[in-house]
Amino acid sequence: ALHIRDVENVRLVDRVSPKKAALGTLYLTATHVIFVENSPDTRKETWILHSQISTIEKQATTATGCPLLIRCKNFQIIQLIIPQERDCHDVYISLIRLARPVKYEELYCFSFNPMLDKEEREQGWVLINLSEEYKRMGLPNNYWQLSDVNREYRVCDSYPTELYVPKSATAHIIVGSSKFRSRRRFPVLSYYYKDNHASICRSSQPLSGFSARCLEDEQMLQAIRKANPGSDFVYVVDTRPKLNAMANRAAGKGYENEDNYSNIKFQFIGIENIHVMRNSLQKMLEVCELKSPSMSDFLWGLENSGWLRHIKAIMDAGIFIAKAVSEEGASVLVHCSDGWDRTAQVCSVASLLLDPHYRTLKGFMVLIEKDWISFGHKFNHRYGNLDGDPKEISPVIDQFIECVWQLMEQFPCAFEFNERFLIHIQHHIYSCQFGNFLCNSQKERRELKIQERTYSLWAHLWKNRADYLNPLFRADHSQTQGTLHLPTTPCNFMYKFWSGMYNRFEKGMQPRQSVTDYLMAVKEETQQLEEELEALEERLEKIQKVQLNCTKVKCKQSEPSKHSGFSTSDNSIANTPQDYSGNLKSFPSRSPSQGDEDSALILTQDNLKSSDPDLSANSDQESGVEDLSCRSPSGGEHAPSEDSGKDRDSDEAVFLTA
Amino acid sequence: MEFAELIKTPRVDNVVLHRPFYPAVEGTLCLTGHHLILSSRQDNTEELWLLHSNIDAIDKRFVGSLGTIIIKCKDFRIIQLDIPGMEECLNIASSIEALSTLDSITLMYPFFYRPMFEVIEDGWHSFLPEQEFKLYSSATSQWRLSYVNKEFAVCPTYPPIVIVPESIDDETLRKVATFRHGGRFPVLSYYHQKSKRVIMRSGQPLTGTNGRRCKEDEKLINATLRAGSRGYIIDTRSLNVAQQARAKGGGFEQEAHYPQWRRIHKSIERYHILQESLIKLVEACNDQTHNMDRWLSKLEASNWLTHIKEILTAACLVAQCIDREEASVLIHGTEGTDSTLQVTSLAQIILEPRSRTIRGFEALIEREWLQAGHPFQQRCAQSAYCNTKQKWEAPVFLLFLDCVWQILRQFPCSFEFNENFLIMLFEHAYASQFGTFLGNSESERCKLKLQQKTMSLWSWVNQPSKLSKYTNPLFEANNLVIWPSVAPQSLLLWEGIFLRWNRSSKYLDEAYEEMVNIIEYNKELQAKVNILRRQLAELETEDEMQESP
Repeated sequence: ALHIRDVENVRLVDRVSPKKAALGTLYLTATHVIFVENSPDTRKETWILHSQISTIEKQATTATGCPLLIRCKNFQIIQLIIPQERDCHDVYISLIRLARPVKYEELYCFSFNPMLDKEEREQGWVLINLSEEYKRMGLPNNYWQLSDVNREYRVCDSYPTELYVPKSATAHIIVGSSKFRSRRRFPVLSYYYKDNHASICRSSQPLSGFSARCLEDEQMLQAIRKANPGSDFVYVVDTRPKLNAMANRAAGKGYENEDNYSNIKFQFIGIENIHVMRNSLQKMLEVCELKSPSMSDFLWGLENSGWLRHIKAIMDAGIFIAKAVSEEGASVLVHCSDGWDRTAQVCSVASLLLDPHYRTLKGFMVLIEKDWISFGHKFNHRYGNLDGDPKEISPVIDQFIECVWQLMEQFPCAFEFNERFLIHIQHHIYSCQFGNFLCNSQKERRELKIQERTYSLWAHLWKNRADYLNPLFRADHSQTQGTLHLPTTPCNFMYKFWSGMYNRFEKGMQPRQSVTDYLMAVKEETQQLEEELEALEERLEKIQKVQLNCTKVKCKQSEPSKHSGFSTSDNSIANTPQDYSGNLKSFPSRSPSQGDEDSALILTQDNLKSSDPDLSANSDQESGVEDLSCRSPSGGEHAPSEDSGKDRDSDEAVFLTA
Repeated sequence: MEFAELIKTPRVDNVVLHRPFYPAVEGTLCLTGHHLILSSRQDNTEELWLLHSNIDAIDKRFVGSLGTIIIKCKDFRIIQLDIPGMEECLNIASSIEALSTLDSITLMYPFFYRPMFEVIEDGWHSFLPEQEFKLYSSATSQWRLSYVNKEFAVCPTYPPIVIVPESIDDETLRKVATFRHGGRFPVLSYYHQKSKRVIMRSGQPLTGTNGRRCKEDEKLINATLRAGSRGYIIDTRSLNVAQQARAKGGGFEQEAHYPQWRRIHKSIERYHILQESLIKLVEACNDQTHNMDRWLSKLEASNWLTHIKEILTAACLVAQCIDREEASVLIHGTEGTDSTLQVTSLAQIILEPRSRTIRGFEALIEREWLQAGHPFQQRCAQSAYCNTKQKWEAPVFLLFLDCVWQILRQFPCSFEFNENFLIMLFEHAYASQFGTFLGNSESERCKLKLQQKTMSLWSWVNQPSKLSKYTNPLFEANNLVIWPSVAPQSLLLWEGIFLRWNRSSKYLDEAYEEMVNIIEYNKELQAKVNILRRQLAELETEDEMQESP
């Protein structure tokens, strides 16, 4: 790894109170931008991965220097002021290049080394196993079989090799159907609902144009229907707005004609395309970025972005499918245009609603592995890992992750994982620190030998799973059983702005005490108490037995004298209860406001230098208040590897070899 | 009894009740002087008991001979009664209308309510001013109790006992009272032990257009400053509004006459603007159309969260002056009975750990709202559904509770009480069997003899069996000042109040229960371990004794 250059006397501007800025040195390495504060007592470091950089903006030079604004894909915003215009330009040019790698080999995962041996790395890659997952669903069975039609990606290069299709779908039907579908993405199984044999299948749009038909494709849908003996029809859900789907007909694509396919019920569910979503996020982020916005600015901006409307559309589609499967017992074929964006969103939301397994830590990893990674969601294009067409970029999986959060808000006991888990997955989709999300398809990943050359995020998350647990989750709780039932008339107000994601680097805006962390600490203490209780009971029993054998009478007689001061007469007892209280001291501090510094998110006088806000101007005063409230102690981030905080070992290695 | 003539039909059978999230219930409807009761007369089925005073508005409509009454409550709930028979329906409707709008306070339910519980501690004596003052008098000798308002002669909206600077005699207070709106001379609201600075509150100074001044007023507030130090006057009106007030005889402190004080204007809305905001918000929350955009614009258009942000910001500013600037603060708006109290009480929530405990919060409400003369009777006469809008109705207290909820949400472990406690206070402020929130001031409450004739809310709520419902299981005493964020991203709609009747809270309630269980189980184990440790220690000592001889 290379240490490219460093610039001294750079200021990192505090986003909340721009008057305050930390002076330090800026380092550019092959993988990170690093800012190290000069202040000797903190030496606080801010690390930004190049792959996280979304935009870099050089602003007009002022008397104090040349400002550089870096916006990140994980919604962090860094504002630097570089004294010399020339240095600023150099950094700008370097970053433009570094933030847009052209070869996969330039990405961080190829240099990231978490100091694991080969065996550990291999184990990491088999932690999530899709063959196991299909087995868990109850496959293969009398209706569904594993097909090898796509071995060596012969039929469809964006599909995986391992695919489940209806038993009655012959290779001839499959190949015929694939020729009638965009990018040959023929209908395959996404989820099988054991309880009633209904299934969720996915594909791309049919190449129907205005009147084209394909017998094999029609047979394929018949086969899907026949694989569900409990229902005499199949829903076909086109997740696009009707207008978009109709426009596609002119290009020889389109949607299924109910007249040609027997026993289908066709349904449009209008989710907008990737371009609309990209713009929507852009608008919402502009709102998040506003400096001391009024309530109206914020709510108007949020509304105008349309973001929550899009989230609701995706949820509505997921709810429709989950209901069709669980309540009507009908199978559903889902598609959009290519069947790798909206289709992935909707299938995974529906699966999450239907199957509690996907609401566990491991199950959620499986779900992403299946509906996103294996089925060829174009991670590289959507998240701009390599320099490419900016019009391909869109927050498709971000929206899915938000849908999960919205569900967590409504069903607080239903998920084994917590918000932090979702945030860290989002971070790593963009970080390219692990190989999981590289490339656009399984085929590409195999060619690149990802598993031999990089590490798996799932193993990393699993290793640190204690950080990601939801304390309210209990395997025998009613919310963790079966389907999640959303109200039949879902209301708008159910969907809320997720400040924990989009403003997550503005710590002051987040609740200053974490209920999750508090409850996790309580549960940890409870576990230790349980162990101690057991040990105590055991010892008590032993002693009582001994005493019982000696003299029952004596024992009873001695009881009244217990406070008679004898205890001080002899303190040579080997094991006194004091030992336990000593143990107790090492219990995790339960107080979210005291104890470990990371969670000491309340502002004490100590970590606030005396402020001198100008009280004469009202507006200044207002920001002064927020200013105080927003300044949280440095390093208040639990995030392993999410922030610059941990994973220092590996990162530092890069930094030092420079 | 006077009520008999208002109740034309006391009883109707086969009435069907529709409520949110419950199946319809058929039963017998009974009207009493204070309650509307619906009973299915089956075991296991809960009866509906609704206080007439909780009814904000009713609508009636007919389909054939089946009448329907839609009852809209002050706590924002809407229920529907299907009543067979047009005459019965009309009679019931007119009775409800009459009984829910009784003119005389002494006809209200608290005067008739007989408690079914044993009063352990009489809430009317729980928070006596003398006792509250003791908390301060041990820390400072700069302040004294004054009985100048004993007969409510100096200020009709103040309590008989107030806290004033030690060096200011009652005669001076009388003079200052003539210079302050409603006779509300500056009094102590809060003494911050850490910085030894104070929050005072008052009515606006009556400077008028010709800039009248009052030496005694200047002397009084200067007496609270140390030599050479400065203080802040927070006027809860915009400069513009404050200037306009001069034309009506009011005004604000001129710099020239108060050189040691710096004045800051923070605009907090009042009266009908707040009431309209509430009406719009509740309307938006009740709108069940599925358009996401319309929801957000309606939420925005209600301005409710804007008011929350304004009030919280002003309170944070006051807290900042006290704790960071180490400067004392005088707060007033026009009368000093609404926005002033929102700000003084929220600043104490931020600054003072005691006010975040259950008793401390009750004391705060007693001191800063009831004794301080917030006109509850006027402000809470009607709620979001009423058509007859009166100038003096305003959800001032609800906004305060909402602000407390916002801070509670940001610091979920720093409050001894939970959201239910705040909801309960909201309900009782608008309709209650207790006398606590009746009347507009201490003098009115005295005249009504509430202490003798009604029960205090605190007597009921402070029973251990009741408190458990309102205690926050996450509470860990936190002695720090807590600075809330007032960024729009940090302020949320209070669903527990505004969406309470529009969405099922089943899963959220389950989560709360789960949380309680986790903590209770931990405490249980802790207790068991302690007992065993002690037992073991004793046995081992005995062992030792037996073996050693």
